[in-house]
Amino acid sequence: MTTTVEAMHGGHAGHDAPRDATPPVFYVRDEHAHEAASTALGFWIYLMSDCLIFAVLFATYGVLGTSYAAGPTPKELFDLPLVALNTAMLLFSSITYGFAMLAMEKGRTAQTQGWLAVTLLFGLAFLGIELYEFAHLIHEGAGPGRSAFLSAFFTLVGTHGLHVTFGSVWLVTLMVQVARRGLIPANRRRLMCLSMFWHFLDVIWIGVFTYVYLMGMLR
Amino acid sequence: MSTHAHGDHHAHQGHGHGHDDHGHVEGAHGTFGSYMTGFVLSVILTVIPFWLVMTGTLDNTTTTAVILGLAVVQILVHMVYFLHMNGRVEGGWSMLAMIFTIIVVVIMFAGSLWVMYHMNHNMMPGMTTPDMSKLP
Repeated sequence: MTTTVEAMHGGHAGHDAPRDATPPVFYVRDEHAHEAASTALGFWIYLMSDCLIFAVLFATYGVLGTSYAAGPTPKELFDLPLVALNTAMLLFSSITYGFAMLAMEKGRTAQTQGWLAVTLLFGLAFLGIELYEFAHLIHEGAGPGRSAFLSAFFTLVGTHGLHVTFGSVWLVTLMVQVARRGLIPANRRRLMCLSMFWHFLDVIWIGVFTYVYLMGMLR
Repeated sequence: MSTHAHGDHHAHQGHGHGHDDHGHVEGAHGTFGSYMTGFVLSVILTVIPFWLVMTGTLDNTTTTAVILGLAVVQILVHMVYFLHMNGRVEGGWSMLAMIFTIIVVVIMFAGSLWVMYHMNHNMMPGMTTPDMSKLP
């Protein structure tokens, strides 16, 4: 409410006034400007809270990661070349999303959609490899119920995988939005949020492959 | 939705951040060069730890220290080149929120490991062996 009042006083005196003098437009514009300007910060704070979720799961894994219950150890379970391939998929998807953002800033709709599609493919490849790994582990009798180490492992890596899954759903949604409405400012804002989300997931994955997989192999 | 379509175009001019009116959203300032720099650095910082662990060139303690250090560097690279983090985004509030989060995470993470390690260490001998759980 206060911002709207400010807008009425400030907006009339400012450079917006001569262009369009219809009073209702001032309300709409200024509320929207305020919304768009705070979206990045608000979304960033959401990501930070998400970061806390992952921190808790990392700490759980750190505490329970050596409780094998006489079961399999990371060294016997993890397949590093597969993890390296997975890491590559996520890293490629990060750079292709970056290219999509560059195309978006230039206003090239088709190019943006193309890079988003490539990003989606890499994301799906990542998920496919991860699901294959999980299925393989469960098939070997190393499911989440086998030991505290595996419970913590599946929770941490699975939560990250769920984030990538929802990120992919979001990506498809935005591709449909861009196809139907083009690169309107609202869609640009949404793509910017997903960009932060997607790169954030890659940052979390750095922690996962270092702390869980690589350090697991060193034990 | 319809209000967005026609209201947006001049939205940022009213906000006074000096943006052009292309619906340019804050936080999304990257160039092809910066993305490629980040990507190449990330590849290098990913390949080295995998190579170290797969070949076992160094001893375990050194490798652990090196890969943890490289992970921190790679996270910083992603923050700067992909997430475009710096002290000026959102007037510094993004950076402040991140620093606060890092402090909370470090206290929580290091504290958990520290407390639980000492708790395990101070358990009576035999209490953590699997067959103890079968006792009445």
